[in-house]
Amino acid sequence: MKTKRHGAVIGLIAAGALLLTACGSDNNAPAGGSAATGTSSTPVECGGKSKLNAEGSTAQKNAIDTFIQAYQQRCPGSDVAYNASGSGAGVKNFNGGQVDFGGSDSPLKADEVTKAAERCQGNPAWHLPLVFGPVAIGYKLEGVTDLVLNGEVTAKIFNGAVKKWNDPAIAALNSGASLPDKDIKVVYRSDESGTTDNFQLYLQAASKGAWTQGAGKQFKGGVGEGKEKSAGVAQAAGSVDGAITYVELSSAQDNKLSMARIDTGSGPVELTTETVGKAIDGATVKGSGNDIVLDLNSIYATTASGAYPLLLATYEIVCSKGYDADTAKAVKAFLTVAATDGQAGLADAGYAPVPKPFQDKLLTAIKAIA
Amino acid sequence: MNERIVAKRPADTDTGARRGVPAARPAPEAPIPPTTEAEKKAPHVRPGDRIFRGLATGSGVFIVVLIGAIGLFLLIQAIPSLALDKVNFLTSREWSTGDVNNMRYGILDLLLVTVVSSAFALLIAMPIALGIALFLTQYAPRRLARPFAYVIDLLAAVPSIIYGLWGLFVLGPVLTPIGQWLTSTLGFIPLFAEGNVSIEFGGTIFTAGIVLAVMILPIITAVTREVFDRTPPAHVEGAIALGATKWEVVRTTVLPFGKAGYVSASMLGLGRALGETIALTIILSATGTAFGWSLFDGGATFASKIALAAPEFNDPRSAGAYIAAGLVLFVLTFLVNAAARSIVAGHKEYE
Repeated sequence: MKTKRHGAVIGLIAAGALLLTACGSDNNAPAGGSAATGTSSTPVECGGKSKLNAEGSTAQKNAIDTFIQAYQQRCPGSDVAYNASGSGAGVKNFNGGQVDFGGSDSPLKADEVTKAAERCQGNPAWHLPLVFGPVAIGYKLEGVTDLVLNGEVTAKIFNGAVKKWNDPAIAALNSGASLPDKDIKVVYRSDESGTTDNFQLYLQAASKGAWTQGAGKQFKGGVGEGKEKSAGVAQAAGSVDGAITYVELSSAQDNKLSMARIDTGSGPVELTTETVGKAIDGATVKGSGNDIVLDLNSIYATTASGAYPLLLATYEIVCSKGYDADTAKAVKAFLTVAATDGQAGLADAGYAPVPKPFQDKLLTAIKAIA
Repeated sequence: MNERIVAKRPADTDTGARRGVPAARPAPEAPIPPTTEAEKKAPHVRPGDRIFRGLATGSGVFIVVLIGAIGLFLLIQAIPSLALDKVNFLTSREWSTGDVNNMRYGILDLLLVTVVSSAFALLIAMPIALGIALFLTQYAPRRLARPFAYVIDLLAAVPSIIYGLWGLFVLGPVLTPIGQWLTSTLGFIPLFAEGNVSIEFGGTIFTAGIVLAVMILPIITAVTREVFDRTPPAHVEGAIALGATKWEVVRTTVLPFGKAGYVSASMLGLGRALGETIALTIILSATGTAFGWSLFDGGATFASKIALAAPEFNDPRSAGAYIAAGLVLFVLTFLVNAAARSIVAGHKEYE
């Protein structure tokens, strides 16, 4: 009797939980409203394999989730399972044939290219940069909300060469601003992350030699203190006066950080969808034909006016040929949606949608997959 | 009265035989020949006995094999990476595993931060747990003691991520002025010196240790309470009969009886503190500078360091570095538990 009653209670709780979760996932569907690129007219050939498998980068997890929602809207009954287990695992399992496409923060290395070609029945694998995440230099400094920095000064701040907010190097870029005599408190990511890697690559490319620490997923500046994940660094930087950090746009906004404008040589550039789009458009492609491998240094070291240089590019790794017909159809449908409808929801998730010319480049490549 | 006790005896003997105790003791009255003969023929093991014995032995062997397997796994995974380490694994303070051709990592800072934060937590939690256990078993009215004990056990059920968030968002800011006061007035003591991270961020060993103390409090309290509860009433009554006050009763009977249990409970709590992961990854600030023996330093413990890097384990060689660190934690925890065991074994009264 007693157990029965317990059972009933547990059953009730379980049922309640189910009900709640059911409610929770209900109203996520209409995400394509604020169409930035607005190309839902692009025809999508739905069909093929009903559930694709993908794996890889954690940095693009939220973007892929947005893509999947859009994909399910356009192609009811289709689904993609994306396992965010890290770029390395994504590439490994793509090359092993366990997943239909991989997500990676960095292009394939030489030996990985060979293995990928084997996996694609002798055809080359392509890199499709579908997800761009702008990284903000967020700070909190009482009385200062429109700070301007450049690559060199940023590097000096993050390696400890510049220690005070009223350092002449900063003052030179911010004439007229009253900078306080406070310590700069650097906050970095304590976990290993692609954001740190890209930020350090940026500093390497844009600091005119001021950053000598190298890149990598661990922060190498040697100053400040580390907090866990984007949420942790943004929260910490937002709670202490004089703090500065590098963090994805969405986290910076959530914690109301001021964001530095970056002077690339032709005037300070604010972080907006347009300025990021301009930087993406200006990127040189290293790959040939439809293999869109970006030369990140061309973004990081850009001097084009109005282009925001600090961003993170992640790739989908796909076979150019060599899928079976069913898989190829579904992969193409998903990528098409991702490059069109999917991009519209990205801004809300803290990423930057790709600009129109770049989108055309992507769509040409996607169409060529067989 | 007497008769009843005598009448009970044969029954006792009977049970003894059933339990498998050799029937060496002659039955005082009414011997039961069938049972004795049956025992002589078949060696007195019943199927139920055998099954239960098998299950119990199996469980025992299983856990030993499991622990051995964990140790072996850690060792096998760690050795190739240790061979690639360019600096001394035990004495280096560096930790750089990104470039597998130039891995430089050592566990000294991890070890120190782990031990210092756990020891600090223990220092706070032990006296409080002792007080709670004494209150619950000796001072609180029975009606109050039970619900009170449940509430304390409930602390153990709070997920550690909640403790972590609480530590970062609530406790950290509260402790900031206290920390600043301590560093400015007692800064001449190395333990309270200004650390390598900024106190305002709250990510110090000081904050972490206090959160850890709250986390291990229920474990220490629960075990200690049980042990104190089992103080032989004869001892207590004896002390009272000799005119002891409540405090004297506690001092002369409860504490000596429960000391070993209390220490072993604390060691159990220490083991938990050493291995705590999520709360510390959230609270502790990472730092590029070495640990300087201050409570206001940041850093990482073994477990938090591993957790922070785990999502990006792409190369088995760099992952092996973290596994090697895990191996050291494994050994450390083993030593702590062994210490607890030896303390308990050294006290005959706790048996």
